[in-house]
Formats: sequence, C-alpha cells, structure tokens
Amino acid sequence: MLDIFDIYEKMERNNIMLSFKGTVTSELLTSILQIMESRLDTTDDSPKIKKKVFNVLVECLQNLYHHIDEVDELDGPFSSKSAIFMMAKNGDDYIIMTGNFILNQNVNGLRDKLDAINAMDREQLKEYYKSVLNNGTMSAKGGGGLGMIDIARKSGQKLEYAFQPVDSDNSFFSLNVKVTPNV
Amino acid sequence: MENIQIDGTPKTPTVTFSKDNGVLEIRGRSIPENSIEFYKPLIDWIEAYGKSPKGDTMVNIKLEYFNTSSSKCILDVFKKLETVSGTNMTINWYYEEDDEDMLEAGEDYQAIINIPFKMIEVAELD
Repeated sequence: MLDIFDIYEKMERNNIMLSFKGTVTSELLTSILQIMESRLDTTDDSPKIKKKVFNVLVECLQNLYHHIDEVDELDGPFSSKSAIFMMAKNGDDYIIMTGNFILNQNVNGLRDKLDAINAMDREQLKEYYKSVLNNGTMSAKGGGGLGMIDIARKSGQKLEYAFQPVDSDNSFFSLNVKVTPNV
Repeated sequence: MENIQIDGTPKTPTVTFSKDNGVLEIRGRSIPENSIEFYKPLIDWIEAYGKSPKGDTMVNIKLEYFNTSSSKCILDVFKKLETVSGTNMTINWYYEEDDEDMLEAGEDYQAIINIPFKMIEVAELD
C-alpha cells in the first residue's frame, strides 16, 4: 500500500503550502492562482512581496502549460502530459518548484538559456528582456520566450534547475525559484 | 466604428476605448495563457481609430499584474498606437507605490516606444 503518511510527513517537513500533480489545463491554473492569491492575502507579507510571488507563480505555472504538449510518449510509469507543482514557505522565503518532461533534444538549449540568464546581473537581465520583448516571436500557444527571464528578474535570484533522464528520448526538468523579501 | 467596453475576468483586463473623447484604458490584470486572441480586436480597433483620431489621445494603463504573454501583446498595442498620426498622444502608466517591478515594466516600454510616457504612482489602483 502506498504510504500516504510518508508523503504527508515529507511535505510537512518541507513546509509545502500547496502541491499538485497531473495534467495542467487553463482551468486548473485559474484555480491554483485563486487559491494561492487568497492564501497570500492572509499572510503578513508586504504587498510588494505578495505581488512578486504571484507574478513568479503565474510565469512558472504558465511555463508548464506552454510546454506540456511537447513530449509524446514515455517509457515506464510516467504520463507525458503530467507535471508537478509545489509551493513552500520557509521563514520569509517562498519556494516555487515545478517539474515537467522535456525532449532530450531540447535539454541543451534550455540549459544554455538558463545558464546565460544566471550569469547576468540585474541590468543585463533588463536589457536581455527588452531585446527579446522587442524582437522575439510568439509561439502559437502564446509563449514568448520571456518567462524565465522575467522569473529571474522579479525573484532577483539564480534559477536552480536539474535535468533527470527518464528514457532514451526524454528527461524530467525541475525548476526551483526562491522569492525572498531579503534581497 | 463602435466604442469598446470589455469587462474584466480573473485573467483578463477591463478595456474601454471611447472614440468620442480619445481615451483608451486598460485596467485590472492581464494573465491569460495566450493573450493574442484577447488583444487582436483592440489592435484592429486602434487601426480604425487611426483613420480619424481626436486631437488628443490619452492612454491609461492601470494594470495590477500582467504576464509575459501579455507583455508582447501590450507592446504590439503601443506599436500600433505609434502609427496613429495627427493626435497628441500620452501614455499614462499607473503603478502602486512600492511596486518597483511595475514601474520598471513601464520604463521598459518607454525605452522602446516613441510616445511620451508619464509614470504615475498611486496608493492603490482602482
């Protein structure tokens, strides 16, 4: 039998406020955002940090939404349309964690992009954002290649990430973003 | 050509555009997954307005949140506004005090768009 207490205990220990695993739809995102917004409203955090958390949350969740169709089939027990989202609060810091499947052929491109973003300071991120905003094109699903840059800019933190190979064609991409009032 | 009145939803802003007084206002939040559909009619409307604009055109942006999908569309709105000639145009960019991210977002557009921007700090957006 699945030890649900074990999962509960792990989540409790890691201060998980909300978690979700499954297919990401537009309706689901609306619900998660509504729940998180009312949770944020009940905290004593400053309006500034609440807005930052909400903004970063929107981008992280919409990243999942925009990329959910890229992987067709997976070996083993995994469902390719499934993704995971968790949000934790450690002291004053909010941690937003997402995980989704990605084609191996796209891993290097994403890694290079994240490394480039992590190497930039505030001013460089601002310039990079403006140039992609002004020159980039939009995908059919409405993604504009700005999400990760915006997350890095608004959080003011380096993007922590990992790729875990799951079969010969696909990997699992994990992203951890910290939003802290103490920057 | 009709006036525009689009009511806001949890993910899309309230948009009003009056051809009689030349005021375009976008307020609320703009966080749809795909914002192209939402902004397309507005861009078409600006195109039509450009044929006989008022002497003064005022654009009020009062957004609480917008996502990166919207940020491209908002740029397209501004680029379309740039093509309207024969009117005095100002973009009023409202932001709540302490919301440096929203102020910076306005400054990003200001750097790209050739229309005068006015940054307006308010205690709370209406």
